[in-house]
Amino acid sequence: MFESVLVANRGEIARRVIRTVRALGIKAIAVHSEADADLPYVDEADEAILIGPAQPAQSYLDVDAVMEAAKRTNAQAIHPGYGFLAENAGFAERVIAEGLVWIGPPPEAIAAMGDKINARNLMEKAGVPVAAGTREPVPDADAAAAAGIGYPVMVKAAGGGGGIGMSVARDEAELRKAYETARTRAERFFGNPDILLERYIERARHVEVQILGLADGTVVALGERDCSVQRRHQKVVEETPSPGVGPELRARMLAAAVRAGEAVGYRGAGTVECLVDPVAQDFVFLEMNTRLQVEHPITELVTGLDLVEQQLLIAAGEPVSFTTVEPRGHAIEFRVYAEDPKRFLPSPGQITVWEEPSGDVVRVDSGYRAGNKVTPFYDPLLAKLCVYGPDRAQALVSARRAVEEFRVEGLKTNLPFFTELLDDPDFVSGEYDTGLVDRMRAR
Amino acid sequence: MAEVRAEMVANVWKVLVSEGDQVEDGDTLVILESMKMEIPVLAEDSGTVTSLKVAEGDVIQEGDLIAVIE
Repeated sequence: MFESVLVANRGEIARRVIRTVRALGIKAIAVHSEADADLPYVDEADEAILIGPAQPAQSYLDVDAVMEAAKRTNAQAIHPGYGFLAENAGFAERVIAEGLVWIGPPPEAIAAMGDKINARNLMEKAGVPVAAGTREPVPDADAAAAAGIGYPVMVKAAGGGGGIGMSVARDEAELRKAYETARTRAERFFGNPDILLERYIERARHVEVQILGLADGTVVALGERDCSVQRRHQKVVEETPSPGVGPELRARMLAAAVRAGEAVGYRGAGTVECLVDPVAQDFVFLEMNTRLQVEHPITELVTGLDLVEQQLLIAAGEPVSFTTVEPRGHAIEFRVYAEDPKRFLPSPGQITVWEEPSGDVVRVDSGYRAGNKVTPFYDPLLAKLCVYGPDRAQALVSARRAVEEFRVEGLKTNLPFFTELLDDPDFVSGEYDTGLVDRMRAR
Repeated sequence: MAEVRAEMVANVWKVLVSEGDQVEDGDTLVILESMKMEIPVLAEDSGTVTSLKVAEGDVIQEGDLIAVIE
């Protein structure tokens, strides 16, 4: 195992990774921008290095600054968390070329899956079901209109993520408009103007499978997570197991996720995202995230595994800590965002009160504490509130209590939305899809 | 007269109108960016943009005046 690991991230995920790194007796090195100097993860690391000003391009996304911090601290390995440089194949290559260990999949696997068009084609070849869609970049709005995918159709940036630039078109006029919007955003946010079209499945659930590519080359699937509670195509609440996936469909999805991982020589933690038609009990591949996922804690709660520990073991070339996995019970994650609970608009500000719920069935992964300033430079995730129950009904009871006990003051958060969601008959019944939040707001 | 003010701390990403422009209710005046999200600021009245107080790249605070429409 390594003697030191540099965590190239910030906030809750840096803190979460640092916790496991230190628990294994490894020295944890944090990096931070000027804006984040007071955050808990900076204190909890064994060493912390200032890498630049608040703007992500000059700090967390600055490859030279991160590598310089790694050299200065003699870090043996780099854990990228999620976001920022986590899915940057060039960064992974640089880490390896400079003699450090990259705690993530091979750069080739990141590159293969980073382009959604390439990923789709690869998965189709590996026997993983994909939705009807374009197999090459769509060059302009005329070509989009002529592609003949049918309606509704989803317009997506090939290099995209986080729902940015994605939209659904129901006729040609909407498609042309969606194409132009997607293209502008794809260039600005991802530096890759390629656009693809995919047939949009109405009333679908967004369900993903956690995989681990082991050091010996085998790939295992650790169960699924339902991520259908979304606003602006971004996840807000996740749960496992999915209330919309039966045993037969689950078996097929897990097998397909293993094939997907094997097709790209996957190593480490990754997630195969799918769209599920709950009525037909069928699914199609959506994309693969070649990193630790934000919502990994709910898989940890039902499997008893520490996924960051498995990542470290795999990267060190060692066997994982388990032989078989038998998920038990039900876990739900609520992403506590700094945003208003009605329109979900960003609400940066100063945290004056921060009181987390506690108890045996509650886990809070937070990035902030009272006195911290939440700046507009980074994403709005403040904390992940997770609850566990022997079954879904009991997890919901614990969730209501935990949401009620979570006190954050000084800025707006979406905690009141969770209270609303936990009273919503569709959510409570488990029979919901990715349109749930929009329908709640349209009432 | 309608004053358009910022609803949150944000960076001004794009300014789509100039002083003197005629705008309709619902037109996008500027696009703000905060926490990795684009937030269009819309005209809530039709009229002339008589004053425009922000430029691309500015950082604005909640309540700051963005534009006046008369």
